[in-house]
Amino acid sequence: MLSSAILVAFVCIATALVLNFWRLFAGPTLPDRILALDTMAINTIALLVLLGIHQNLTEFFEAALLIAMMGFIGTVALCKYLLRGDIIE
Amino acid sequence: MNRWLPQPMFSLFLWLVWLLLANSLEPGHIVLGAFLALALPLFTVRFWPDQPCMGRPRTLMAYLAVFLWDIVIANLTVARLILGPVRRLRPAFITLPLDLKNDFAITVLAHSLSLTPGTVSSKVSEDRRTLLIHVLDLDDEDQLIQRIKKRYETPLKEIFPC
Amino acid sequence: MPDALIEIFISIFLLIGGAFALIGSIGLARLPDLFTRLHGPTKATTLGVGGILIASVLHFSSRAEGLSLHELLVTLFLFATAPVSAYLIACAALHLRTPAPEDHRRLDRTGGEE
Repeated sequence: MLSSAILVAFVCIATALVLNFWRLFAGPTLPDRILALDTMAINTIALLVLLGIHQNLTEFFEAALLIAMMGFIGTVALCKYLLRGDIIE
Repeated sequence: MNRWLPQPMFSLFLWLVWLLLANSLEPGHIVLGAFLALALPLFTVRFWPDQPCMGRPRTLMAYLAVFLWDIVIANLTVARLILGPVRRLRPAFITLPLDLKNDFAITVLAHSLSLTPGTVSSKVSEDRRTLLIHVLDLDDEDQLIQRIKKRYETPLKEIFPC
Repeated sequence: MPDALIEIFISIFLLIGGAFALIGSIGLARLPDLFTRLHGPTKATTLGVGGILIASVLHFSSRAEGLSLHELLVTLFLFATAPVSAYLIACAALHLRTPAPEDHRRLDRTGGEE
């Protein structure tokens, strides 16, 4: 029961990642692509946590936390760049 | 607040985050977390020029309950709108006049609006008087503004009285 | 609680989480312009990942080692940062004057303060 639920969730997240990748590819504007990258980071966290449940390992948690932080900082930096033309003022 | 504990709520938050991060309740982690929770606010107090003052913890609890419930409702609404026919959507920008003065309170309001039904905060004006909101499916502008004011802004005014 | 019941709860949270994450991405791919696309990832995807993280909390807490709550930290972080990302992306788009469809013509009346 649990393993089939994990499988379904894996399929959902993988499809979501493909859709995000399509948006990243299609654009059309730069903020669209930043949004797609941000969503991809969040979905990757979900994928990692799922892998942790599947393999019964807690070690993936640190990686998930790091991706959450890096994804957010990356989004902020890219938006700042678009807003100001510069990241560090 | 006093000199050695400038931000008690922030210290408590840091301590809880440390215990969650360590994922244990061993005495060593409790002591280390308490040390960090006392030391970090002392070093960073200068980054917080005006402290948000908190009043009414009970209103805060009621607000959090409403907020969590609205997140669930928001997601069902947005799921229905996304999966439904796209041409029927009526997206629009509206400007919400702000009664809140405190920066922190405005941040909390914008944050709540982004997570609750059909609205994303897009821009606070330079003079902090209005908030530009994007609505995914706008029905009646005045009604929505009234609802936001009643449901979120009024309790926030009580929680952050200054 | 018996193991079977916990397994049912974990499965429910996993399925809800996966479904909402997928809906968020469908919104990202399907909706017509940037500002409507912002709604999917900020709300649905965040709640979806939150659901999967709650399933993870339940799963690891039900094992022998005792309570495991540190996944809540990721949930908290995501719920705190998703609106900030959305706000900044909207700001950047307004700054760049992203071409909006006709429905958004009102923007020129309301949002031109830069």
